[in-house]
Amino acid sequence: MGKITFRIYKDRAFKIAVCTLSMLSLIPLFLIIIQVILKGASAINWHFFTHLPLPPGEPGGGILNALLGTFMLIIIAVILSLPLGVLTGILLSEIDNKFTASLRILVNLLQGIPSIVIGILAYIWIVVPLRHFSAFSGGVALGLMMLPMIIKSVEETMKLIPLSLKEASFALGVNYTRTILKVILPAAAGGMASGIIIGISRIAGETAPLLFTAFGNPFLNLNPLKPVDSLPLLIFNYAMSPYAGWQRIAWGASLVLVGFVFLLNVVVKTLAERWKIKF
Amino acid sequence: MENKILEIKNFYAGFGKKWILRNINLAIYKNKVTAVMGPSGCGKTTLVRCINRLHEISPQAVYKGDILLDEKSIFSVQPVKLRRKVGMVFQRPNPFPAMNIYDNVISGYILNGIKLSRREKDRIVEESLKRAYLWKEVKNELFKKGTFLSGGQQQRLCIARALAVEPEILLMDEPASALDPTATLKIEELIQGLKKKYTIIIVTHNMQQAARISDYTAFLMLGELVEYDETNRMFTRPSKKVTEDYITGRFG
Ligand SMILES: Nc1ncnc2c1ncn2[C@@H]1O[C@H](COP(=O)(O)OP(=O)(O)OP(=O)(O)O)[C@@H](O)[C@H]1O
Ligand SMILES: [Mg+2]
Repeated sequence: MGKITFRIYKDRAFKIAVCTLSMLSLIPLFLIIIQVILKGASAINWHFFTHLPLPPGEPGGGILNALLGTFMLIIIAVILSLPLGVLTGILLSEIDNKFTASLRILVNLLQGIPSIVIGILAYIWIVVPLRHFSAFSGGVALGLMMLPMIIKSVEETMKLIPLSLKEASFALGVNYTRTILKVILPAAAGGMASGIIIGISRIAGETAPLLFTAFGNPFLNLNPLKPVDSLPLLIFNYAMSPYAGWQRIAWGASLVLVGFVFLLNVVVKTLAERWKIKF
Repeated sequence: MENKILEIKNFYAGFGKKWILRNINLAIYKNKVTAVMGPSGCGKTTLVRCINRLHEISPQAVYKGDILLDEKSIFSVQPVKLRRKVGMVFQRPNPFPAMNIYDNVISGYILNGIKLSRREKDRIVEESLKRAYLWKEVKNELFKKGTFLSGGQQQRLCIARALAVEPEILLMDEPASALDPTATLKIEELIQGLKKKYTIIIVTHNMQQAARISDYTAFLMLGELVEYDETNRMFTRPSKKVTEDYITGRFG
């Protein structure tokens, strides 16, 4: 009897320890969010989203340039990495040989390369030959960062699709290409979309690879061959300035960025619920 | 005798260096139900998967010998074309999860890029579902996902899908093994109706089932065809001792 009581207590103690420790790990997270909200909320209003930053000393000013720049960079990155990533992911999930094994290692390597190095590569490959900083070069850098994430999420989602589905399609006389495109890909679409959105939420906050590619731009620019601003670049530049007004804008931009990433994660959750496919 | 539709000749199949099926000789007759039975692992699934050339998609799959469909070797036609003549229903129901019931039924056309008019589609869907005894249960929810159906309904949906493309032969690999007795009975009933139009080869573990629904029975053991005969004769006067032992439940 005594032994069992002891076990029950031990069990309870363990549960309490686990709960406390996980609470502890949440504290910094809460502190960050509270800090960002406290400092950033006061900067945010309609004006903040629709206007360009102002010179130091002038009150007000917004982040329109950085918002549009970030969207542009994300769009360029997705356009470049999505087709390549999906095709490579399909290849890796479908074919097992020495070539795909080495490809997989390369993809892992690419994922491990520090983002600043990717930025330098984009600088050498694109900025130097074109002779100026540009949204395009920034998009390439971010696309390179997204590529391995997309490849992996596609590969893993495709591998989860049961073989029986492919056989069902073959048994109806459907050829290989159509089976992949019309049976396996649609069945994997939900998982792949989640992977891509999570990839976007990761690159949205990247700063280092943009320092010498997209470069930053206090003015509105929609030309992909000219420099653009982005939220993290704007935060980086304005937070380091000595002007209180600019620092306030940096906090506001931080809140917007955190909110955007949070929103993407909510979207992924709902997508996963809605597109959940039973096999 | 009856019309031969399929003839398996000196056929071997296996994986890597190991033959799972050895020297199979068998003729399948048109508009009959042929049951393939035998103990687990004897190669029943492998045999039916050879008939629509699904066997060869497994890595390491090997085969030799020949199978003739309408007196022509199936290995001389493209698998894609063969499989439109030889449909298959799998052991576990596998409707397409991204498609609704309606599209699942005509998936053989959709996936092959064959365009149909709305009226043709409607007709094929209704006819196939009726033949698969599923129409009454789903006619009001044709546009729901097929995966919301029960297991037995899903299996009948898979049968409808196979019938929709009008195959000559229908292969069924233990189609009722994942189903309860009521659903099983439905499927057995439906098979009786189907044989007017199709030739059916059905794998089954269950001897009563083979006796109930089939005209011919093939008895496989350890990859060899032990006995092949009319079902009536096989179950009343088996010519081999092993067959008798198996049928009377002395092993297996
Ligand atoms: N992909 C494969 N690679 C290697 N061996 C396999 C493969 N598939 C099946 N086998 C082997 O082939 C043999 C026959 O398998 P098969 O599935 O044809 O048996 P079965 O008669 O259908 O059995 P059951 O009644 O259990 O379904 C088994 O010994 C199995 O281990
Ligand atoms: Mg089997």
